[in-house]
Amino acid sequence: MLEDKDRIFKNLYNDFGPDLASAKQRGDWKNTKEICEKGREWIIDEIKTSELRGRGGAGFPTGLKWSFAPKEVGSRPHYLVINADESEPGTCKDRDILRFEPHKLIEGCLIASYAVNAHKCYIYIRGEYFNEGQKLQIAIDEAYKDGLLGKNSAGTGWELDIYIHYGAGAYICGEETALLESIEGKKGQPRLKPPFPALIGLYGCPTIINNVETISVVPTILRKGGKWFSSLGRPKNTGSKIYCISGNVNNPCNVEEEMGIPLKELIEKHAGGVIGGWDNLKAVIPGGSSMPLLPKETCETIKMDFDACVENKTGLGTAGIVVINKDQDIIKCMARIARFYKHESCGQCTPCREGSGWMWRMLERMAKGEATRDEVDMLLDVTKQIEGHTICAFGEGSSWPVQGLIRNFKDEIIERNKFDPIVKKQKDIPYLVDQHLLDKDNA
Amino acid sequence: MAVKKISKVQPENFEFNKKNKETADIIIKNYPSGKQQSAVMALLYLAQKQNDNWIPLSAMKYIAKYLDMPYIKVYEVATFYSMYNLTPVGKYFFQVCTTTPCMLRGAYNLVEVCKKKISEEENMLSKDGKTSWLEVECLGACVNAPMLQLNEDYFEDLDSAKLEKIIDKISNNEVPQPGSYRGRLSSEPENTRKTLIGIKNA
Amino acid sequence: MLKLKVNDIDIEVEKGTTVLQACEQAGAEIPRFCYHEKLSIAGNCRMCLVEMEKSPKPIASCAMPAAEGMVLKTNTEKVKKARKGVMEFLLANHPLDCPVCDQGGECDLQDQSMYYGIDKSRFKENKRYVPEKYMGPLIKTQMTRCIHCTRCIRFATEVAGVPEIGAIGRGEDMQITTYLEKAMESELSANVIDLCPVGALTSKPYVFEARPWELKKTETIDVMDAVGSNIRVDTYGWEVKRVLPRINEEINEEWISDKTRYACDGLKNQRLDTPYIKINGKLKPSSWEDAYKAISESVSRTKSEKIAGFIGDMTNMETIYAAKEFFEKTIKSANLESREEKLYINTNKRINYLFNSSIEGIEKSDLIILIGTNPRFEATILNSRIRKNFLKNKTEIISLGNVGDLTYPYNVFDNSTDIIREIVENNHKISKKIKQSNKPSLIFGQSILKLKSAPYVFEELKKYLEENGKISEEWNALNILQKNSSTVGSFDLNVLAKNSSYEILENLEKNNYEVLILFGQDNLKFQKKNEFIIYIGSHGDKGANIADVILPGATYTEQDGYFTNLEGKLQKAYKASYPPGEAKEDWLIINELSSFIKRKNLYKDKNQLIDALLNYLKLNNLNETDFKVPEYDFKSEKIFTDEIDYYHSNVIARASKTMSECKNTRMSLPKTGTDN
Ligand SMILES: Cc1cc2nc3c(=O)[nH]c(=O)nc-3n(C[C@H](O)[C@H](O)[C@H](O)COP(=O)(O)O)c2cc1C
Ligand code: SF4
Ligand code: FES
Repeated sequence: MLEDKDRIFKNLYNDFGPDLASAKQRGDWKNTKEICEKGREWIIDEIKTSELRGRGGAGFPTGLKWSFAPKEVGSRPHYLVINADESEPGTCKDRDILRFEPHKLIEGCLIASYAVNAHKCYIYIRGEYFNEGQKLQIAIDEAYKDGLLGKNSAGTGWELDIYIHYGAGAYICGEETALLESIEGKKGQPRLKPPFPALIGLYGCPTIINNVETISVVPTILRKGGKWFSSLGRPKNTGSKIYCISGNVNNPCNVEEEMGIPLKELIEKHAGGVIGGWDNLKAVIPGGSSMPLLPKETCETIKMDFDACVENKTGLGTAGIVVINKDQDIIKCMARIARFYKHESCGQCTPCREGSGWMWRMLERMAKGEATRDEVDMLLDVTKQIEGHTICAFGEGSSWPVQGLIRNFKDEIIERNKFDPIVKKQKDIPYLVDQHLLDKDNA
Repeated sequence: MAVKKISKVQPENFEFNKKNKETADIIIKNYPSGKQQSAVMALLYLAQKQNDNWIPLSAMKYIAKYLDMPYIKVYEVATFYSMYNLTPVGKYFFQVCTTTPCMLRGAYNLVEVCKKKISEEENMLSKDGKTSWLEVECLGACVNAPMLQLNEDYFEDLDSAKLEKIIDKISNNEVPQPGSYRGRLSSEPENTRKTLIGIKNA
Repeated sequence: MLKLKVNDIDIEVEKGTTVLQACEQAGAEIPRFCYHEKLSIAGNCRMCLVEMEKSPKPIASCAMPAAEGMVLKTNTEKVKKARKGVMEFLLANHPLDCPVCDQGGECDLQDQSMYYGIDKSRFKENKRYVPEKYMGPLIKTQMTRCIHCTRCIRFATEVAGVPEIGAIGRGEDMQITTYLEKAMESELSANVIDLCPVGALTSKPYVFEARPWELKKTETIDVMDAVGSNIRVDTYGWEVKRVLPRINEEINEEWISDKTRYACDGLKNQRLDTPYIKINGKLKPSSWEDAYKAISESVSRTKSEKIAGFIGDMTNMETIYAAKEFFEKTIKSANLESREEKLYINTNKRINYLFNSSIEGIEKSDLIILIGTNPRFEATILNSRIRKNFLKNKTEIISLGNVGDLTYPYNVFDNSTDIIREIVENNHKISKKIKQSNKPSLIFGQSILKLKSAPYVFEELKKYLEENGKISEEWNALNILQKNSSTVGSFDLNVLAKNSSYEILENLEKNNYEVLILFGQDNLKFQKKNEFIIYIGSHGDKGANIADVILPGATYTEQDGYFTNLEGKLQKAYKASYPPGEAKEDWLIINELSSFIKRKNLYKDKNQLIDALLNYLKLNNLNETDFKVPEYDFKSEKIFTDEIDYYHSNVIARASKTMSECKNTRMSLPKTGTDN
């Protein structure tokens, strides 16, 4: 277990209050100026040394991302954008940072902006987090008043302004380019890549986008050193991370733990165990709803970091752990997730738009036992037709959970849907006429 | 997401009141000059708030002019994002999260309560016209499931009985307390907290 | 140049090429729905997936720029499977009602599904139903068929410049619609019908008229304006069923205006299909013989200088030339005029009445000055090029006077000739702009050429451009925007009063003529007194109304005929159908009339006429004519740009029900997308 001294988010449970004075007592804003004085290169190198990987889901190395920003500011200004859209089911860590540790985020914004040459930073908060946004705004106002933001932020000589932009209920706006579209006042539909936002992002200008947690850990890393951070966890999977444990556990919670902590420890120790005991465990979604679920056997041993999850055919994602016990109908649970994706698809690309609803409808029938045996393979086929064929990773996000279900619980689905397709008598239908228009009982 | 229904009854005109106009102008300044379209989401919120929690077509037109952008673009935005209501909703608008993490902890029991105590169907006003409810997707408070959003506030760690009480309070013109209904102040584990204890007690 | 490999073939492509284009250059066919060369890239249909070495996922070739050393495969199992998958998704919610769909036979989805389709639908859920949307009198919607390629949205926003179509909602419930389901306020709107790869947006006027394979297709050109858009005319028997664009990158790319496309129902209404003679104030049908006789009598009674002829707005050059020779040889009069009002035209050289920057060239211009013209209504296609230029280069566009919404922003300067004097005297900031610009374009509309000070304005500005090197081999900044398809041809054939004076038009106004022959001319502004009027033309419109004898002629789809467009390109319109009833080709009428009057044909056959015509053009276009610039003065005048009754600008359009509907719809619309 991580020692408390190595925990970054000391106020995760709001024992002390989120205000500036308390934050300063916890060490925030202590030597921001000195850190910046060491220069951009040093900052980026130190983050590279720490091997910090993005906490927004994709796990991209943060130092590397920052180094993609043009070194010199050309005719177009640079932007830093913070992703606080947090909509991945099972995830609610950024919310706690916004309301309890806002100054870690704001200080991180300043350092990151300095490192990537940005004078403007937009924080994109999901619209439902209205109260959290208000709390963050209070913290931003405090920071301005204290000279930590504005013309000469925290005495660094760097000018930085931070603005909050509220979303309005669209999961897809968490995808970084959809988020940029949304800030530009459009529908949140992901952009084609290339070009990548680091060169052509917000308003066509170089833009670095990071998750709230990623940015919030930056000041502490720079204070304690990249080496300190990388000494936690294992190579390429370093540091600590906030895990969200929800679902059928006795004490659902958020907890900051070391990377690579065994899943079982998280559930048993921090979350008070599975409701009905460990043996009542059915499956766990380890990284937010987009990640394939793990069967009980794997949950016994798996360690929670990026690479270990990949080795086990899933992903750490946002570390939103959803525990499902045997009292639940696993097919129904996944059908509900499929409904989420159907509801949230932005609709621009064909496979995602048409496939997400198709998967959901099939799963609903399977949950009710109204599908035929052969449809299980067909469902898997449909997921494969979506995966990898879309503009953004939503396509994977919607198909992986279904694949995980089929991979691990195929027998159970077939058990419930074991009849063979009813062979309908061929009707004499002219070429390509819509079957269902004629087939009224199907309509 | 089904295409949103647009209210059949529409007010002829819409205009920001003085305060909202000021707010709108401040928000527009948050964005680079010429990029005022960025403010469209915020302005739609303002309009929604000013107009009893729903956005009439005239407000979209008004905002389009205000931001010098094509009307259809405002319309696209208003129909794309789920938090904009394009038909009247209750003064007390319950949005129950039923995505899997909440569902696992009984979110559909809450839906049943809504059906029983508010209205048979989603987006239908209660008999007294004050309340309506809607099933929504994950609200990002999974650790405090099941939960719902009532207007701007989160109500967490609920169950059927607790929700019934909340609805009753509203019927009696009382204001229910937002937050956790098991007395939690955050996302800490009840009873089994193992971390940050030393620091807390220090 | 970039080197890459497609299916093991080495190719070189230019920088800026997309992977899709590169694959095509290598001979690999790439299926697509959303991609369209003239529109921005959406990359949303995902049909164009190809495999790229080192990329675990297939890539959307339309959206990926080609890069040095790429290794691409377009024919692997993986690619096929991916496309098949996309196809299945597209068909999942598509109604597959091909037998009753107007797109049937020319539907991209139908074609592709034959290739990639899965013969049996695995989709067992209920299909999505999408309510129809109203998009005006031209576009019929069947939105259940929509595959969300967004071509229509991109066309409206980018090319037409009316951001009025959008996709509302999201996910599988996304729907394409216009704002409050109103008609699109664009003269290019119907191009979305061609762009729609499926049968979601089809032609309303053409609904269920015929199946594509039953139609005879004739490649020809349009005469609704002076642009000379390239079109294809589809006929079923005599009737013109529809008009479609043909690609001509130099002229209309692949767009046509709504008028070009839909005025064609005017070809069957109000037609003159038999000769008429006025007896006791009433027009009575007659035989050709009697009609010719009546004309012959009145012509021989009349002194030749009392006879005048006027050329119409859509008359082809064969007819113009025949009329010219008819006047010169048969009537022996010089009173043949092609202008319908007094316009200053310097016929000394061709460049004085052409659009010299050229339609394609205007895209490269770096300063555009509109002088008394509204290109949106006078030459819709040209206007879309100006818009394209603006979008690409943010080119400054200036207009003397506010001429309304042109679909792009422009700077308005005072609508007074004073400005022009200041410019040529180097006293105006526009002077500097012109001098500093590499490729300026001054566009003179007819409204400026009508002014008293037109000679001053034209000659002085031209001189100014010449002096500043803006009229040269590389670039010619002088542009006259002609409105009518017959105009440049008439000028090339020198069909104007001598020295382009206003003599004939003035005599007409003063009722000095006794016999008038109107060759499809319906727009003259004069009060008829005792003139004996002969109308040769196709429609019972203004000209026929005042006629004493009517000789029914043919329209542009009913006879072969040359036209020279506003930039001076000679093009030929081909006969797609034949004149109705007794009506005849125009040149033939003139030829026969000549033989009736003079007992002598002008031509043995049409070929002889065409030879003579082309010969004349060759000589005339090479040489300067002996035009003398009249003495002129400056006058301070206001420049008022004429309002054009766009949907009713000629006899065919006025006879078209569709055009009338468009006009009515437009009149009931608010001004712009953000208005009201
Ligand atoms: C469909 C989709 C939804 C996403 N949602 C979020 C989100 O809610 N919050 C977030 O931080 N990142 C989200 N991401 C990841 C972002 O695209 C991006 O990778 C991340 O913000 C980068 O920050 P990081 O490098 O700090 O992780 C999402 C990605 C996809 C494809
Ligand atoms: S994958 Fe889905 S969410 Fe992502 S761009 Fe395509 S349609 Fe939109
Ligand atoms: S043509 Fe490339 S994605 Fe549609």
